[in-house]
Amino acid sequence: MTAPPLETSNPSPERAAAPRPRRRFAGLGLPIYVTLALVFLLIPIAYTFVFSFNDSAKSNIAWRGFTFDKWLTVCNEPGLCEAFGNSILVGVVATALATALGTAIAIALVRYRFRFRSSISLLLFLPMATPEVVLGAGLAAQFLALGTQKGIVTVILAHTMFCISFVVVTVKARVASLDPALEEAGRDLYGSPAQVFWRITFPLLLPGILAAALLSFALSFDDFIITNFNSGAVDTFPKFIYIAAARGIPAEANVVASAVFIIAILIVVVSQVSRSARQKRLAKLG
Amino acid sequence: MAFAAFASSDAAVTKPPRRKSTIALVLLLPGILYMVLFFLTPLISLVITSFQAELPGGDIGEYVPALQWQNYVDSASEYLPHILRAFGYALVATVFALIVSYPIAYYIGVKARRWPLLQSMMLTLVIAPFFISFLLRTLAWKQILSDESPVVQALKAVAILPADGHLTGTPFAVIFGLTYNFIPFMTLPLYTTLERLDTRFLEAGSDLYANPATTFLKVTVPLSMPGIISGTLLTFIPAAGDYINASRDFLGSSKTAMLGNAIEANFLTLQNYPVAAALSIILMAVILILVGVYVRRSGTEDLL
Repeated sequence: MTAPPLETSNPSPERAAAPRPRRRFAGLGLPIYVTLALVFLLIPIAYTFVFSFNDSAKSNIAWRGFTFDKWLTVCNEPGLCEAFGNSILVGVVATALATALGTAIAIALVRYRFRFRSSISLLLFLPMATPEVVLGAGLAAQFLALGTQKGIVTVILAHTMFCISFVVVTVKARVASLDPALEEAGRDLYGSPAQVFWRITFPLLLPGILAAALLSFALSFDDFIITNFNSGAVDTFPKFIYIAAARGIPAEANVVASAVFIIAILIVVVSQVSRSARQKRLAKLG
Repeated sequence: MAFAAFASSDAAVTKPPRRKSTIALVLLLPGILYMVLFFLTPLISLVITSFQAELPGGDIGEYVPALQWQNYVDSASEYLPHILRAFGYALVATVFALIVSYPIAYYIGVKARRWPLLQSMMLTLVIAPFFISFLLRTLAWKQILSDESPVVQALKAVAILPADGHLTGTPFAVIFGLTYNFIPFMTLPLYTTLERLDTRFLEAGSDLYANPATTFLKVTVPLSMPGIISGTLLTFIPAAGDYINASRDFLGSSKTAMLGNAIEANFLTLQNYPVAAALSIILMAVILILVGVYVRRSGTEDLL
């Protein structure tokens, strides 16, 4: 669709003036609604954060006074820090594997034409359209049939699988926006294929690859359903919470979740600020 | 493998096609092999498992290969309420999430365009729930909606809720939790399409004497259709398979158990693998059919 030249279609001054009085009333409702909706979205986060300071005994339900203790002695809660460590380990390994495999696929999908292209795209799209419980049960059925012992390795294998699709989607967009002329220039200047890749292609793709890695880590870190089917006796942080939910969540779990939240928000804000600074620099150059 | 016949890409006139095909093969093979091993064959194992029969005289959890179609009939009839709840709750939650999210996405994408800083701050707030554990934020709602909470006391005081009423453990709480948890999935795709919306179309609507409601329904909504489709799919699919919100320890009760709860219980607790597998295949098949019909109806096949 193309936009018709609307500016010239109605040059009368009344048109510009007409929406003004309506906007004064209707214009206020939307911002108020959006503010309330955003506050609504933040309620459970605030709740989790506040209750990380609760001087609770066993379960963390009723407010019993303010304390910093839970933040200082997080690892006193049996199994919590071990589960958290497992989550980090799984997240890092699965992210590294998925980012490497997915980036290679993304480059191939955008840059090359080959047979079975649509079946390959479907194979990569389907995991995102499959409910997690089916992915989890499928892998568990396969590990059962093969007699594989479930543990941290099976969790990593499972997480890598569902992260690959998200990496492909994220990096593909970046590859598509890349100007092939830059790589051609590199080849014209007698760069070897390896040099062209590491000196030109890779640095240009890096923001997309980093975004994909962050997304993978976030997905892996918070995954519960697929983990629950394939972890056996090993606990990750979400699985620790699921098991604890039956008898009451310790405040220490709120501490871990709040700390992770603060770190994640800091990463997002820093990346947004640096991106807008970069755009400003580019705008000045242009 | 038949990867041998790669055609050369448009950008690659300078290179011989055969060389390109080797590079493409090297790039594709590891990842595709991984997806075949850990996505495709698990689905096939699930299908095989769903037809298995009990080992005669065997222990709990021991099954032999068979072709028992009866598994599907038995599990579908035994778990029909769970199946209906899964798709019913997911549908209602998707509609609610759309109603809640559209104004948010519209404000961020269209109204806040002039202030990029405000835009990115609000987007950060929308995705903020992603950064706190899914299970903990659901448990937070469980406490906020629990019988002792001020919310429930207030609702009882104004007689919206009967004196012996509960919020947790009801379908309301489960749908509420599903809606809350998947709002970011709905808002983000809506925002992406609305952010690109050409506001001159809206001006054209009012120039042609359409009132704001007509302009919204005839111009804004059709133009944001791609966002509505991907948002509803991104909400409906995980919501239909979810078993956290409906679980007894979270927002649900045994009366709100969904298909996901039945799959989990049969697989991990009862070790009734064929039933769990048959239910998984049913869930997957229904979702694929619904998604296919829905996408075709709305005329955006290129979305996939």
